[in-house]
Amino acid sequence: MLLSRVSFESSEDVEDEHVVESSILAVVKNKPTETMGAKKGGKTVDDVEDILHVPLKAILLADSFDTKFCPITLERPKVLLPIVNTPMIDYTLAWLESANVVEVLVVCCSHSKQIVDYLDKSKWVNRPEFSVTTIESHYCTSAGEALRLIYQNNLINGDFILISGDTVSNMVLTEALEEHKQRRQKDSKAVMTMVIKQSKPSQITRQTRLGTDALFIAIDSSTKQLLYYNDSLKRSLSLDKTFLAENSSVSSHNDKQDCYIDICSYEVLSLFNENFDYGHLRDLVKGVLGDEVSGCKIYTHEIHSDYAARVDNFRSYDSISKDIIQRWTYPFVPDVQFSTNHPTNRERQGIYRASEISQSCSAEIGPFTYIGKGTSIGDKTVVLNSVIGDGCKIGGGVLIDGCYIWNNVTIEDGCKLKQAILCDGVVMRSGSVLEPGVVLSSNVVVGPKIVVPAYSKVSLQPQPVEQDSDDELEYADDNSETLHTVNTVENGYSSSERELSEIGIGGRGFVWSKSEVDREEEWRHSVAPIPESKLIELTHKVFDEQDSDDESDEEPPTFEKEIEATFLRGVRKKIKEEDILLEINSLRFLYNMASENCASALFYAMMKLALDSPHNSPANLVKNANDVITRWGSLLKPYLRGIDDEIEVIMKFEEMCTENGKEFAPLFVQIMHLLYDKDIIQEEAFLNWANEKEQADESDKVFVKQSETFIQWLNEASEEED
Amino acid sequence: MCETTQTIRLKNHRNLRSQILNRDEDLRDLFAPFLPLTYRSRDKVKPRVVMDFQVVVLAGGTSKKLAPLVSKDIPKSLLPVANRPVLSYVLDLLEQSNLKDLIVVVEGEDTDCLVENWISEAYVDRLHVQVASVGEEGGTAGALRAIARHLIASDILVVSGDLICDISPGAVAAAHRRHDAIVTATLCSVPVSGPPESGSSSGKDKTKKPARHNIVGLDPTEQFLLYIAAGSDVEKDIKVEKSILRAVGKMEIHADLMDAHLYAFKRSVLQQVLDQKQSFKSLKQDVLPYLVKSQLRSEILLSEEKAEENGNEDSCNSNNDKVMLSQLLANASTPSFHEIYALGPNGFAPVERKTHKCCVYIASKTKYCARLNSIQAYSDINRDVIGDASHLSGCSFSMHNNVIHPSAVLGLKTTVGPHCMLGEGSQMGDKCSVKRSVIGRHCRIGSNVKVVNSVIMNHVSIGDGCSIQGSVISSNVQLQERVVLKDCQIGAGFVVTAGSEYKGEPLARK
Repeated sequence: MLLSRVSFESSEDVEDEHVVESSILAVVKNKPTETMGAKKGGKTVDDVEDILHVPLKAILLADSFDTKFCPITLERPKVLLPIVNTPMIDYTLAWLESANVVEVLVVCCSHSKQIVDYLDKSKWVNRPEFSVTTIESHYCTSAGEALRLIYQNNLINGDFILISGDTVSNMVLTEALEEHKQRRQKDSKAVMTMVIKQSKPSQITRQTRLGTDALFIAIDSSTKQLLYYNDSLKRSLSLDKTFLAENSSVSSHNDKQDCYIDICSYEVLSLFNENFDYGHLRDLVKGVLGDEVSGCKIYTHEIHSDYAARVDNFRSYDSISKDIIQRWTYPFVPDVQFSTNHPTNRERQGIYRASEISQSCSAEIGPFTYIGKGTSIGDKTVVLNSVIGDGCKIGGGVLIDGCYIWNNVTIEDGCKLKQAILCDGVVMRSGSVLEPGVVLSSNVVVGPKIVVPAYSKVSLQPQPVEQDSDDELEYADDNSETLHTVNTVENGYSSSERELSEIGIGGRGFVWSKSEVDREEEWRHSVAPIPESKLIELTHKVFDEQDSDDESDEEPPTFEKEIEATFLRGVRKKIKEEDILLEINSLRFLYNMASENCASALFYAMMKLALDSPHNSPANLVKNANDVITRWGSLLKPYLRGIDDEIEVIMKFEEMCTENGKEFAPLFVQIMHLLYDKDIIQEEAFLNWANEKEQADESDKVFVKQSETFIQWLNEASEEED
Repeated sequence: MCETTQTIRLKNHRNLRSQILNRDEDLRDLFAPFLPLTYRSRDKVKPRVVMDFQVVVLAGGTSKKLAPLVSKDIPKSLLPVANRPVLSYVLDLLEQSNLKDLIVVVEGEDTDCLVENWISEAYVDRLHVQVASVGEEGGTAGALRAIARHLIASDILVVSGDLICDISPGAVAAAHRRHDAIVTATLCSVPVSGPPESGSSSGKDKTKKPARHNIVGLDPTEQFLLYIAAGSDVEKDIKVEKSILRAVGKMEIHADLMDAHLYAFKRSVLQQVLDQKQSFKSLKQDVLPYLVKSQLRSEILLSEEKAEENGNEDSCNSNNDKVMLSQLLANASTPSFHEIYALGPNGFAPVERKTHKCCVYIASKTKYCARLNSIQAYSDINRDVIGDASHLSGCSFSMHNNVIHPSAVLGLKTTVGPHCMLGEGSQMGDKCSVKRSVIGRHCRIGSNVKVVNSVIMNHVSIGDGCSIQGSVISSNVQLQERVVLKDCQIGAGFVVTAGSEYKGEPLARK
């Protein structure tokens, strides 16, 4: 433990400094004393009784540690972004409370002050039986770091729920928790239970309706243990043969979605602490599955009728908003006041209205629409499938279709908006048009009669010059950020001609330019549905791809291939034998191979060399082999430690003769003789090999029969010696 | 009348498989409406009546694994199981499903006469059997290659001749037809005790073949075969191609199912594959995995068959029939993932993808299924057929739960326990005891002989005071007095001298 920690600190000097400056402050508030009391026995996690009685805790990561919601997240943390007029974190907290979680640790990184302020004023403070504790840290740039921080401060000592603050769910946790606890009682290595849900990705786009990449997982059908997890599959899913040795059936899926709700044991934190390369939450899953030594196991819990989804990108924002309006997330729906005190009425066809709405009688509100408090809607305006926040002013003759309009937005007469996100305080001057997929960050002003092209992102913040600086901007201190904002707003007013022309006269904001890659992928994570032309194009692509990736049957370099390459390089460059041995040894440890594997692979490489050298008759080939063995035979010595190793070599050669070195097949005995003469293989090995083969199939015995006389001769020779 | 009721049933029961399990006897009716429909036009061209399923029984030759029990005189297919040749179990099974057009393929020159003689004697007027003999090197695929010109029906059922089971081949054929599959494999559960061969393997024995069971990948409806590993591939890591997983969404991988060696093939496809891939030797290890692997990017030309067989005049006729047939079948089940995949996502594929269906028929757990492919299996099967799976023996058991032929003679104080069989004309002396054993025809057994857990074939003479335990004794063997055998196999005509004792040894005439 000490060792790993040392390396951890030394590897990240920056962090060290932070610790010294104590710029991280772990603010611990509102911690009820009962919880402390109940934790007294929590140190020994293995103790079953304790697991059952320790009050349930949760770690809520109030940061997604990515930039998918840029540029909005430059000004506001993602968890505070409203989804159907309620900040995402409220959905998560409300669910945690309903799931009987007693204490939630909210880890705030970027914009931590905003989150702390919000939570201070929210109804989550001073709740009985539910405490929300915020932990601020400015330097965490990944979920892994945040969890290491919690571990190092000893804030958790029992089972906990790990969830990100942008999760919307209504699942009943008791069953999953019960399963987790029972598994833990039987096996302390069952460290985590992951919640998954059915969701078949599209055949064309290879992504789910939440806009996340298709996931490939394998689960043990009976125990529900997770055996394989991969979201970027190259060609085929490869399951270790040992899986089936223990389980009679395994199911592999491409139709499941990871809900990012994990029931974890304390060990998960220590795993994060020990493996400082775990950044993303799922690095742990991949790490645990790839690590056989630790023996940790991850299990899955599939939910069927319950809802659970994470707002990962703009497309999931769109999908989840629709799910909320269509009440899949009940009781977390707009007309149930689970976090705010705005009374909202539900009308027929899924229309929700808050109070104090002034709506022209000629305005048309379509189904599945939410309209916030104090919003006014002008004459002949049409609103379809959209969410409109509080205090918006919408003029006459406006068309709003599939848009997410946050609070205090002004839309003047004759605007047309399709599938766009408009953040707080956006102003759209009369006659302006938003094409599908546009995102307007806070306080952007779109000039009159301007058409904002599809998938544009407009913000008052200028686009960071380099992609890398994204993080810094987003995770910058609040102070410097406000400074920034002031600057940029002014810039926006007077800035270059280009910006003005794009946003129009009187417009404010920068249109973020997109790199080539972004432009190609922009449809993937946008609020707008995928255009049909794109789908057709993709269908063609999928077809072509299908053929091409079936052909490219590239195997990863195997141990044998590498040995062969090493050997050939040694031969070509006339490297000293010791050096070749050194390299082979390092390969051996890399692949974790036994000495017999080295011997057989080396011998294979030698025979391959003999085969590849020019020869015109079988006799010539034997001569080649003789040369190679004479010159390099000493390489084999260190790996031939016993009879078994030698038998392995014979069998390898046998295999070669039947597979890719058929030329050797008639010369089998001659080569064997050669090996015997050179003292590479002892007679005992030959005899054992022949004995072993006795039992084998007829087809396997071809070479034993061939070498019958040789074996006999050996037998007689040994008898004579005796 | 018949046709309409059948169609309605197809429509109503989407999951036909469960229904078939209960209604094997209905299958004949089920095919009846299709038969004239498909072949009406063809019959004009070819005067011979074409069966819609032709059966190939791969009876093998003289397997080395069964030495010393098999020899030139007794090929594997004629080895008696509960006093009748193993081949008769398969033939009876086929007869029960009304599959009467058979080709029995045997390996080696001499054996075919023996087999042919036996079949013509036993199945005269019952089955239409051709016996063909092929070389020993070609493997199962080679055997089919050799008899290719005899295959004329549109679908071929391939059965291993050493299969002892009560899975209805008709049900397999029905599943094959219903899906319009190119291959249907039959799977059965692995016996709880593990595959028969695994028991004997011990320690680091590298030359031993792996335990012979399969790794099978199925779709969620358990109708389609998505992955199969046989032979040595079973020991390797499982590689599932993402394209197929994408198309299906979910694949269940089982290690508790094994290939029962009962396959239905579309004839044109089978021949095409055998022609194109000359290196394929085994149906199980080469042909089936190849077809399964390529099911979503099929290289098989399914249309070829029509042009080649019907000529130009008839092709349109038969096309219509085909369409009707497939419509009938399509009503039976929702479109499979193959069809969805072929049409492309959302139904707008630029070109229709070529796919073919590989189906499975999973036998219910209560069915018995075993292959006689080792000495161990031979003993086990004999015990099962007179024990737990007695319905297979075709004999009626007495109230003592055994079968004693009326012409058999028992001496004084001789007891024959339950789960025993005593063949025609056999005689036993006094104070003998037989337990869980099969004794063949015309054996002469002296006094004070103990036979436990053993199989004794025909015309064996056993002297007084012998003790035979867990052994197999071939025909015409002579055991002199006081011989003690334990776990031995004795080849035909061998003479064991008086008083000798053997344990765990195969004995055969040199």
